[in-house]
Amino acid sequence: MAVVKEFTKGFWDVLPPFRLVLGLCPVLAVTTSAENGAGMGLATTFVLVCSNVLVSLLRKIIPSKVRIAAYIVIIASFVVMVELLMQAYSYPLYQALGIFIPLIVVNCIILGRAEAFAGKNGVAASAADGLGIGLGFTISLFVLGGIREIIGNGTFLGLHVLGTGYEPFTFMVRAPGAFVSLGVMLALINWISARLEARKRRNAS
Amino acid sequence: MSFGDYMLFIVGAILVNNILLAKFLGNCPFLGVSRRMDTATGMSMAVIFVMTMAGMITWLVQYYVLEPLSIEYLQTIAFILVIAALVQLVEIVMQKSLPALYRALGIFLPLITTNCAVLGVAIINIKEEYNFLDTVIFSFASAVGYSLALILFAGIRERFVLARIPKVFDGTAIGLVTAGFLALAFSGFAGLVGGH
Repeated sequence: MAVVKEFTKGFWDVLPPFRLVLGLCPVLAVTTSAENGAGMGLATTFVLVCSNVLVSLLRKIIPSKVRIAAYIVIIASFVVMVELLMQAYSYPLYQALGIFIPLIVVNCIILGRAEAFAGKNGVAASAADGLGIGLGFTISLFVLGGIREIIGNGTFLGLHVLGTGYEPFTFMVRAPGAFVSLGVMLALINWISARLEARKRRNAS
Repeated sequence: MSFGDYMLFIVGAILVNNILLAKFLGNCPFLGVSRRMDTATGMSMAVIFVMTMAGMITWLVQYYVLEPLSIEYLQTIAFILVIAALVQLVEIVMQKSLPALYRALGIFLPLITTNCAVLGVAIINIKEEYNFLDTVIFSFASAVGYSLALILFAGIRERFVLARIPKVFDGTAIGLVTAGFLALAFSGFAGLVGGH
């Protein structure tokens, strides 16, 4: 039961990057299309699960003074693996994500979970935590990428969904649109959670 | 490159391809320390210092260690370790020899290890096959661009206390929207160096 809770919290309670505002650089940079967003999310998920498991396994061996350095080496090793795997099996995506694949290493979400969760909890719980947060991150990136792709390019997953007469609002796929759309989405999530909170309080009283 | 080319290169790195607003590197500290002007300035100075040093050292590591041993695939691990070690070293040296500067930058130095702009610039230097001089100039100019955006943004953000912001936008959300408009302003420089 506890494991299920660790898994599901990543989808709302600590949904990155909205509830857990970390790791914004890849979110802003790669969400120009739904496909890129999902690809980045899955690569991050893989690294997050693997590093969480390994950190959790080694948590009694790593001296606490050098733990951050040890975590970074663990994370960097998995990032190199992802980099080589993507280069071999999905080259177009590797090229689209570019510099942001090696930069998964400094994604604060991964180091944050190693420090805040995996370093203190068992293997099963850590794996569930990594998988839940990773998939939450993937869904967020997919949705944000989808919105930006539809408005900014008139397509979704490469298909023309708004018809050929649609004039793309290219602002959305350019740099400024990334910031504005993430900000608006963050506000939307704040609004929804405020409503849920209010309803819960009404029901309780 | 001639002197004029270098000037264009520098202006391009600072304004047109601003590392923060056009390339999306280093956004976590950007939103984290930009609430007040003094923390933004402190972070900027630390970034300029570390990014330039890290650019030079990772360049040397790439061409004098990784390539002769043909272990380029370890680039990511090697670079992040170099940056982490460098930050630690700078912290220790500064504490002993420049205590005033250390007190000013102290808390920002450890944060820089996870600033992806530092690692990002180091990787761009290698990817673009810059020579050593280009690397030094590009790293420094990128850091200046980062600082410019950070300080401008902190200036805007300090005025938020006077503004009536809708409750749902409070905090990071309005920060991101503002950063979007700042990015829009910076994209106006695009024509300066012959387009993107």
